[in-house]
Amino acid sequence: MSRVMNQVVFEPLHLPESWTLSAYRSIGGYEAWERILREKVTPEAVIEEVKASGLRGRGGAGFPTGLKWSFMPRNAPGAKYAVCNSDESEPGTCHDRDILRYNPHSVVEGMLIGGYAMGATAGYNYIRGEFLAEPYVRFEAAVQEAYAAGYIGSNILASGHQFELYSVAGAGAYICGEETALLESLEGKPGRPRFKPPFPANFGLYGRPTTINNTQSFASVPTILRKGAKWFAEMGVANSGGSAVFSVSGHVNKPGNYELPLGIPFLELLEDICGGMRNGKALKAVIPGGSSCPVMPAAAILSATMDYDGLRKAGSSLGTGAVIVMDEDTCMVKVLERLTRFYRAESCGQCTPCREGTGWLNRLVRRIMAGEGKKSDIDLLVDVANRIEGHTICALGDAAAWPVQSFVKHFRHEFEYMVDNGGRSIVDDPARRAA
Amino acid sequence: MSQDIVNLEVNGVAVQGRKGQMIIQVTDAVNAYVPRFCYHEKLTVAANCRMCLVEVEKAPKPLPACATPINEGMKIFTKSPKAIAAQKATMEFLLINHPLDCPICDQGGECELQDLAMGFGRDAARYELDKRVVKDKSFGPLISTDMTRCIHCTRCVRFTQEIQGVQELGTIGRGEDMRISMFVEKAVDHELSGNIIDLCPVGALNSKPARFQGRSWEMTEQPLVSPHDAIGTNLAAHVRRGQLMRVVPRVNEAINETWISDRDRFSYEGVYAADRAQTPLIRRGGTLVPTTWEVALEAAALALKDAVSAYGAERIGVLGLPTATLEESYLLARLGRGLGTPNLDHRLRRRDVRDQDADPDYPGLGFPIAELDRLDGVLVVGADLRNEAPLLAHRLRTAATKNQAKVGFVNPARYEYRFPVAGYEAVAAGQMVAVLASVGRAVAEAAGQGLPPALASAVAPTEAQAAIARALTNGTRRLLLLGNLAERHPAYADLRAVAGAVAALAGATLGYLPNGGNAAGATLAGLLPHRDAGARPAPKRGLGAGAMLAAGLEAYVLFGGIEPDADTAHGAVAATALAQARFVLAITPFASDAAIAHAHVVLPIGTYAETSGTYVNVEGRWQSTTAVARAVGESRPGWKVLRALGTLMGLDGFEYGSSEDVRKELEQSMNGTGLSLDTTYRGQWLPAGAVPGVLDVVGLYASDPIVRRAPALQETPAAQRAAATSGVYP
Repeated sequence: MSRVMNQVVFEPLHLPESWTLSAYRSIGGYEAWERILREKVTPEAVIEEVKASGLRGRGGAGFPTGLKWSFMPRNAPGAKYAVCNSDESEPGTCHDRDILRYNPHSVVEGMLIGGYAMGATAGYNYIRGEFLAEPYVRFEAAVQEAYAAGYIGSNILASGHQFELYSVAGAGAYICGEETALLESLEGKPGRPRFKPPFPANFGLYGRPTTINNTQSFASVPTILRKGAKWFAEMGVANSGGSAVFSVSGHVNKPGNYELPLGIPFLELLEDICGGMRNGKALKAVIPGGSSCPVMPAAAILSATMDYDGLRKAGSSLGTGAVIVMDEDTCMVKVLERLTRFYRAESCGQCTPCREGTGWLNRLVRRIMAGEGKKSDIDLLVDVANRIEGHTICALGDAAAWPVQSFVKHFRHEFEYMVDNGGRSIVDDPARRAA
Repeated sequence: MSQDIVNLEVNGVAVQGRKGQMIIQVTDAVNAYVPRFCYHEKLTVAANCRMCLVEVEKAPKPLPACATPINEGMKIFTKSPKAIAAQKATMEFLLINHPLDCPICDQGGECELQDLAMGFGRDAARYELDKRVVKDKSFGPLISTDMTRCIHCTRCVRFTQEIQGVQELGTIGRGEDMRISMFVEKAVDHELSGNIIDLCPVGALNSKPARFQGRSWEMTEQPLVSPHDAIGTNLAAHVRRGQLMRVVPRVNEAINETWISDRDRFSYEGVYAADRAQTPLIRRGGTLVPTTWEVALEAAALALKDAVSAYGAERIGVLGLPTATLEESYLLARLGRGLGTPNLDHRLRRRDVRDQDADPDYPGLGFPIAELDRLDGVLVVGADLRNEAPLLAHRLRTAATKNQAKVGFVNPARYEYRFPVAGYEAVAAGQMVAVLASVGRAVAEAAGQGLPPALASAVAPTEAQAAIARALTNGTRRLLLLGNLAERHPAYADLRAVAGAVAALAGATLGYLPNGGNAAGATLAGLLPHRDAGARPAPKRGLGAGAMLAAGLEAYVLFGGIEPDADTAHGAVAATALAQARFVLAITPFASDAAIAHAHVVLPIGTYAETSGTYVNVEGRWQSTTAVARAVGESRPGWKVLRALGTLMGLDGFEYGSSEDVRKELEQSMNGTGLSLDTTYRGQWLPAGAVPGVLDVVGLYASDPIVRRAPALQETPAAQRAAATSGVYP
């Protein structure tokens, strides 16, 4: 069975210098934006179209994009902002990076359309600091091309519409991918999430109504408007319209970014697209949506489909679409140590459960790895995670807790083995080695 | 109104709140206590400690009570299993890295973390791993730091940002490594900085002077009133076995809210200065030697009576420090008038008394302190407010930042204010009258009014002066404030006449901030050459402080520890006058050379902490306290010393049983005098003449003898700067 790939955000990928305006125009780029201005399509109609497409936020939470746009107090006087979240830092995730590198104009056009639909006066694309070398440059060049072509600025294409667009580079903090921390960082403050309410739609950037969308979400919008909501929705499955880029990493033969229709069976993604497991090893576990999503043992993921409902039913979530594949030689305790180390390092430190709890979790796993763990540490891990979950200002606390809960739930025997064997991993078990 | 009422339930009990309130405000109002660390009613909400998580019906997660707005029909559970579980979870996290050094922590016994750990902590820790250690930074001489104890509530950060108006503290680092810090290490440098000691819920920030001096449970708390500025700040004295150990705020929303200035907090060290007068002294053979109270009092009474008979009562001068209690000033005035001398004064720093008859009955704001917050237009003339009355400056900042008040200044120097200043004229002292007149002309021109006589010669205003005029006439609630500097101005009469005219033109209240914490009390007590108690005309007019010292009288009575160089505007003539006098009686808490060099008899008295008495503030509020500390050495409360002197000299009616009796007598004598709190200027315009003199600089922490003896305050950057620039304004 062969799949049609790259129909939306990666559409120009086959073209030489696909990031240029001419390449983007050759696939129909900016036609949607021109049509909106020419035919004076109402913002309401744009929002309805996006709602009908079933597009959901690709940044991890999967909130319906059109619905989010409708929350903006569109007619409130004064400045309002559309902000693109290109602070892609969820471990395993690398699709926004390639969208910015190979199809930056889709993000520009998506932000223009989104800004128009939401009544925003200006847009900011907050691009993670590590992207400064290439993705940032490509996006900024695209913005300049679009300005020169009259797609951005004052009196765009003689329509009287005005919109300014800026690129901003972050400074390397994972937490700035949280939308309110991103706003703080944009304002020049330390990136620490704000408590909600008030929500950004009412009190966002500089206290003005603001909506933040993920790069891939914005990049999907022009194609939706060009090819129609129905086309997009039907590409995917119920509740999961369109395509998504899966960033597949780990022990597969062909890791990479693949834009595929939502709802594709995991097995197909693994075998047909990624060439199966590396070195013929057996699959042990998969984190299907970036490091914050619960891990799934092989049995659960092999029968799942890659869409919002499918993965939720299977016990995890689509998250950012970053699929981390782990084979039988992977020590799950060590993986959890790496994940907890990440959240310990990236907690902003503002609120108590996350600041203190992420360090505790990581130290507990390290103690088990050092051979000094106790059986009770395994339950303590879960208990500490439970005490972080739901108690923090932002979702980083939950993101730090979910891997711990799921790793212990599915791979408790590996933790117990390590405790019982003075820090030796189950994958190094002599009996297993001999076999 | 009715749509502002929100009906909700707290723990099953129906309650009402106002729209826009947070859950914690409602639960506090109905005494359903929710534990908290970061929340403070005077600061913005941070919602970072997560201690106040409560259960709300239909909410999937526990919600922070401090940051969750109330809704109609909301059902809140502060003590449900879910709420308690969340609160206990937070407490466990707070404690894992908190050191177990309560036995050596000054906060022990009055620690919010300790208290709440009793309620929400576990008996034994489940955390067995390494604890965080944080390197301390020095915050300067006032605040000790033990940052390992910090729980990152950010109250101190928000205080510097929101109350001080300058973000001296911030958070650096991420996650576990986040710490409260200054970005560049230096002392915190603000006159209200000590409040972060009270705000800190743990022992991270404590009083440096009080460090390791005592435990909270050894101390009793007793009310005091600050004598250092005219606000009447409410203090709580922490006393251990008769010794004043610490001073902290006593909440009074009408005056100081929950704050006190560093001067009020740390001045207590001066009470125990090494040069406290321990015993009465008498001059024998050219030197002062210790003696008994009987001998000293007899000698003083005899010498004063001799001076009256030998030189006439007019040749005696009586000077009182304006930080003395109302009772002390009243008895001092009674003593002087009883002797027959009209030369009485407490206005030690005032040079220009030409129009003293135009002084209001009582030098005050003309309205309550709390209403400062709600002003719209303000013109401050001759005031370094953050130095003179830090909490008044804080109120003005509140008006400017919360009420968008426009505040303008006419001053002899540029002082820094941490709020948008609408206009500032920093001019030579000699130019202040003319500049203020031009501001007045701008007010008149904008209103299309003619110029009153005081402004007749005003030159056309500059744009800066017009901006100040616009600031003053902003909105409807307006104040023209004459500060300490104005009162010390060598041409105060002219400055005030112009200020009075400008205030009248602008429809602004003319307010006074007098030099001396209890100047209002001394004025009411009649310690003045032209007015008796209750603002009645003096039976006989005498000399003011400057004239008394310039005249070289035969005898002087100095009350309160006056050190002429530092406490009066007449230091140079004072030395000569006191040196040539036949008899000088110093009634003083301090036996410094400056206070007693020329004294023939020294009577040691108690400070504000060791005497009962009354302070009257700029809004006319009388606040009485009792002695909180045991007298140092053989010193006695000032009012008792004056009572004994009066009795010994055979003066009538000095047989008071208590300071309360003194106060009652003064209150009764004021009945029917028609005393007014109105501060409107009713003087006559005096044609400006050449007025000799200069405008003295009085540094922060140099304002009275107690403050000057507080070592920690003297080490602050502000005191060091002031010392470097002491002298006179150009």
